[in-house]
Amino acid sequence: MSDTKIIDVPPSYTVVGQHDMMAEASHDDIARFNYLTNMNKYLSSVLGAGNKLAYDTRVLPAFEKTHGRKPESRHEIRRSMMMDPYHRIWSAMRRNTMEQRQQAGRNMVLRQIDDLVAKAKKYNDGADTLKFDDSVDVPPYVAGVDHHCMPGSYHTELFDEDISAGANYDAGLFVTTGGALGAYADGGGQAVAKWAQKEYPGWQPKRILDIGCTVGHNAVPIAEAYPDAEVVAIDVSKPVLRYGHARAKALGVENISFQQVSAEDLSQFDDNSFDWVQTTMFLHETSNASMRRMMAEFHRVLKPGGLMLHIEQPQYSDDMPLFEQFSRDWDAFNNNEPFWSKLHELDLDEVFAQAGFSHNECFHTGVRAYADPAIFPPSKTGEGEDHGRAAFWHALGAWKEGEPAGAKKAEAA
Amino acid sequence: MPVDYMSLANAKSRGKRPQYFEDPMNERLMSMLLATVQELAVTRERLDTVERLLEKSGTLSKTDIEAFRPTKDEAYDRGLAHRDLISRVTRAVQQEMEGMKMDDKTPQQLADEFSKD
Repeated sequence: MSDTKIIDVPPSYTVVGQHDMMAEASHDDIARFNYLTNMNKYLSSVLGAGNKLAYDTRVLPAFEKTHGRKPESRHEIRRSMMMDPYHRIWSAMRRNTMEQRQQAGRNMVLRQIDDLVAKAKKYNDGADTLKFDDSVDVPPYVAGVDHHCMPGSYHTELFDEDISAGANYDAGLFVTTGGALGAYADGGGQAVAKWAQKEYPGWQPKRILDIGCTVGHNAVPIAEAYPDAEVVAIDVSKPVLRYGHARAKALGVENISFQQVSAEDLSQFDDNSFDWVQTTMFLHETSNASMRRMMAEFHRVLKPGGLMLHIEQPQYSDDMPLFEQFSRDWDAFNNNEPFWSKLHELDLDEVFAQAGFSHNECFHTGVRAYADPAIFPPSKTGEGEDHGRAAFWHALGAWKEGEPAGAKKAEAA
Repeated sequence: MPVDYMSLANAKSRGKRPQYFEDPMNERLMSMLLATVQELAVTRERLDTVERLLEKSGTLSKTDIEAFRPTKDEAYDRGLAHRDLISRVTRAVQQEMEGMKMDDKTPQQLADEFSKD
């Protein structure tokens, strides 16, 4: 049976990369994560197909009968699907699996919190690469909702020196993505670094700003890819910054600092002071109102000819079938990601342009998570893709006016 | 810092929870059912570890169990076992999915059909 491996199952949590800051997982913690990883995969790859069937065989015909037309938006599809018993029970199972994953991670982390805090302090105390600023407010889009059902989100401190939010987040990424982000959940950052090195081999950014870094899982591989660069990773939440800083140290990465700074106010950084501003799966956890302030700040701190790059799930376009848009919206309405839906309908090129980037400096490209294919299943695209969670993203970028991007390509030629 | 990590682990996340069933009691029952399935899966994986270790050495300790790390093939078999449990538990949901592809008739309809000359 195991030689043929006809049935696709996700890897065991035992392949997760170990570092000194990882919470120690007991046998049963591992088994629980394995169950939850399998459940997530089963819900998307086997039972997920039933949602489209329910739509085609009964939801759409009933809608057409009532309205005399097809649905005109993903919201109309969602409202109809939420009345369908199949979609309801599938959604209830998926929501519960996320809640169970949070409980499993928090139980494991909080059980050993004294040891974890002590370890973090060993790396963090006295380090000038970890900076807090008590004047930074937790913005309403973070404080108002706990993203992906993570109790207390990234920012809540249960006690002094708390790092539990970071340790729980780090442990759970593997479960939510079925291992698609690789051993260190860094497939996004690795993909970005590989893209930049391949496309612009002659480019050597000196100073890189990673926005909304959480535990630094995407900033660390960029710092490793550009060892001569200085990476500044910022977030508003102390527990993830403490954990992320200690995690980077534990992984032996030194050219990175973690600072409590809001993306909406980068006033402590000079104009034209970064070669690269990066966000990875961050924009959908912000808001319309904040986005324009952020983009203006990104433009301001970038050097002429500098790169701004955002990794996100694909935008909803007229070319994307409405049912796929509805599928991709699931997390917005069922997994505490309220801004997800609105972000994906924005014309981001227009938002970039308003911030000062000219249209002809904007570009879109596809980026696939990089993870060791011998251990991790490559993320599916197309039929059977886990819409909204597959580790296959769109990169939306812009070069700030100045030295043309083409010159960076030419240097290598 | 002494904390009741179990209660803290169970904390509610901020944001109104969607309701999937007409009766809120069913929401709670579904959550309890899925947690029970999860813990059964955990017990089965532990039992699998015990069996493998016993087979290998004829004896084992709790430390052996905690230290056990499956090979890639063993991990696959255990992943398959989780999937098998999940597929058994979700049978009714799968059958609803398949039912949507079938043009099923009620027993009465069939009986009437078979009774036609």
